[in-house]
Amino acid sequence: MRESIPAPGMGATAREASRLRVQSPFARTMRRLLHNRSAQIGLAIISLLVLVAIFADAIAPYAYDQQIRQSGLRRRSPPCIHLLGCDSNKPQLIMGLDGNFRDLFSRVVYGSRLSLQIGFLTTGAAILIGTLLGAAAGYAGGWADNVIMRAMDVLLAFPSLLLAIAIVSVLGPGLINTLLAVAIVSIPIYARVVRSSVLSVKEMDYIAASRALGASPLRILFVRVLPNALTPVIVVGTLGIATAILDAAGLSFLGLGAQPPTPEWGLMLGEERNSVFNAPHLVFFPGIAIMVTVLGFNLLGDGLRDALDPRRKA
Amino acid sequence: MARFLVRRLLLLLPVMLGILVVTFVLVRLIPGDPCKSMLGERATEEKCNAFRERFGLNDPIPVQFVRYAGNVAQGDFGVSIKNGRPVTDVLAERLPMTMELTLFAMLFASVFGIALGVISAVRHNTAVDVGAMIFANIGVSMPVFWLGLILAYVFALALKGTPLQLPPSGRLTAGTDLPSLLKVWGMEDAQGLQRFVVLFISNSVLLNSLIQSKFDVFVDALRHLILPAVAVGTISLAIIARMTRGALLDALTQDYVRVARAKGLTERLVILKHALRNALVPIVTIIGLQIGGLLSGAVLTETVFSLPGVGTQIVDAITARDYPVVQAFTVLIAVIFVVVNLIVDLSYAYLNPRIRVS
Repeated sequence: MRESIPAPGMGATAREASRLRVQSPFARTMRRLLHNRSAQIGLAIISLLVLVAIFADAIAPYAYDQQIRQSGLRRRSPPCIHLLGCDSNKPQLIMGLDGNFRDLFSRVVYGSRLSLQIGFLTTGAAILIGTLLGAAAGYAGGWADNVIMRAMDVLLAFPSLLLAIAIVSVLGPGLINTLLAVAIVSIPIYARVVRSSVLSVKEMDYIAASRALGASPLRILFVRVLPNALTPVIVVGTLGIATAILDAAGLSFLGLGAQPPTPEWGLMLGEERNSVFNAPHLVFFPGIAIMVTVLGFNLLGDGLRDALDPRRKA
Repeated sequence: MARFLVRRLLLLLPVMLGILVVTFVLVRLIPGDPCKSMLGERATEEKCNAFRERFGLNDPIPVQFVRYAGNVAQGDFGVSIKNGRPVTDVLAERLPMTMELTLFAMLFASVFGIALGVISAVRHNTAVDVGAMIFANIGVSMPVFWLGLILAYVFALALKGTPLQLPPSGRLTAGTDLPSLLKVWGMEDAQGLQRFVVLFISNSVLLNSLIQSKFDVFVDALRHLILPAVAVGTISLAIIARMTRGALLDALTQDYVRVARAKGLTERLVILKHALRNALVPIVTIIGLQIGGLLSGAVLTETVFSLPGVGTQIVDAITARDYPVVQAFTVLIAVIFVVVNLIVDLSYAYLNPRIRVS
């Protein structure tokens, strides 16, 4: 049983020393993040997706709207992969053809660009507006706080997808309007997070010191309070990208989002939902693409939460 | 507790008013003329004027809003522009489907989510735990509508001919006869609340078939509900499983668990009676918070499984610019959502006295 008792040898001392070495909070967080299994997998998935999106032109064998008409090729042909024994006289179609004779693989590859853009743009916009509103509410307090937060309560009173559907029906279907709708419905989440964070930061001594030194309220808010209050937003924002991609795909699925021939994954699913029984590949692959993307951001968000959690300062 | 309740109820008023305003404004902003979309592009100006007069669309917007809010307060949602039927009838027809779906999805998510979470926590850091958490991570990342389609493919086509085969669409098998309770009870002339309630029960296929003792119809309806409910509930299941695991792991480190073990209680009793009961507060909260996601999921899933619920109705009504119907459904869903959240808050306060004081 001797082996199971930790020996107080050199190794342990060295570990102790490295733990005591002063590290900046950023370096500490990064180190913890890179050691987190969820974050590792999430980062790997997202990096892969970003690479696919950047090099889509090189990866996709066809343009996303190119029709492949050739003898022997039917509409919605199943996948044909030469390595797996498909007749080499036929063109290689990794994910098969869609209902318009287009290569599904190319469309899924180009779709990664859209989904990443949707995720980053909507979440970015929502964070920006939500942060401003939440910071104003938390810092000003009083009636401004009441008005802003009650408005946010009303927005939160609707299930987000339903509100997004209602907004899109007002603005008219389309990708841009979908982005707007998804961004609007996620504003209250960030406003709430930032407000509560600002509320706790503004009571700190260094804020009082700054005020005593004569800093203007705006300077205190933007230079002293906000940078220290934004940590939770990073976590919520990463998880928010996942939700935004799912919601946008849902709207496109209903025909309210991206319009044909845009290679948007949700739209691709919606267009082919009635062929699920005779051409399941057309439903299977775009869905997998959405799932993997969302999974990547969810895992990274979970990892970030663990890495930024002050209770885990080991 | 009473003071807390009153304060929460008072806080509800501005939110309810806000819901009414937002819905009213949104619906007025929907581009296009309801007259043209109902009577056709070639409707004469004269006809359109008469149409607008009839539905009060010519009055100033504030007047329309006050009239609308007053009517809603009395349970009157107006008549559908599309087919002239009272909106309350449409509500009573569509709402039961969505509620059945949401309730079943919630039941599925809670039972299996808690079970999975408990197993994960008890077998902490084993292959079972890792497997369950991988499943949970994938579960929260799946698009509901995609899962619905895949389930339909697997259970209606791939498993065709086996006992596991399940119907992929519709509420009942075509040709199944389930007369309306209004007819059965001879209440076709009923009005107001009575009519709404009877219509509601009648359109809840599960309740109706039980009341009329048509058990084959009940089973058929249940079978049609399984796949959509699983599709809608899976995301929530995953979230509940993760929360249960976390809360139970937390509870298992507490002193009272050590005491219970020291007393010599069986591990089963320690986990179910001591740890899990204390872990239930956050679990109940997270289950309540799922209702919004479940309702949103129901909207998407109804489209996949061609179910006559609120979701399909809202999408139809938006395309047809049927103002009153869109308004009524949006308001109702928001109100249900708010009330459920309130109940969750109250139960939380009931379970955890510290909340009441602050």
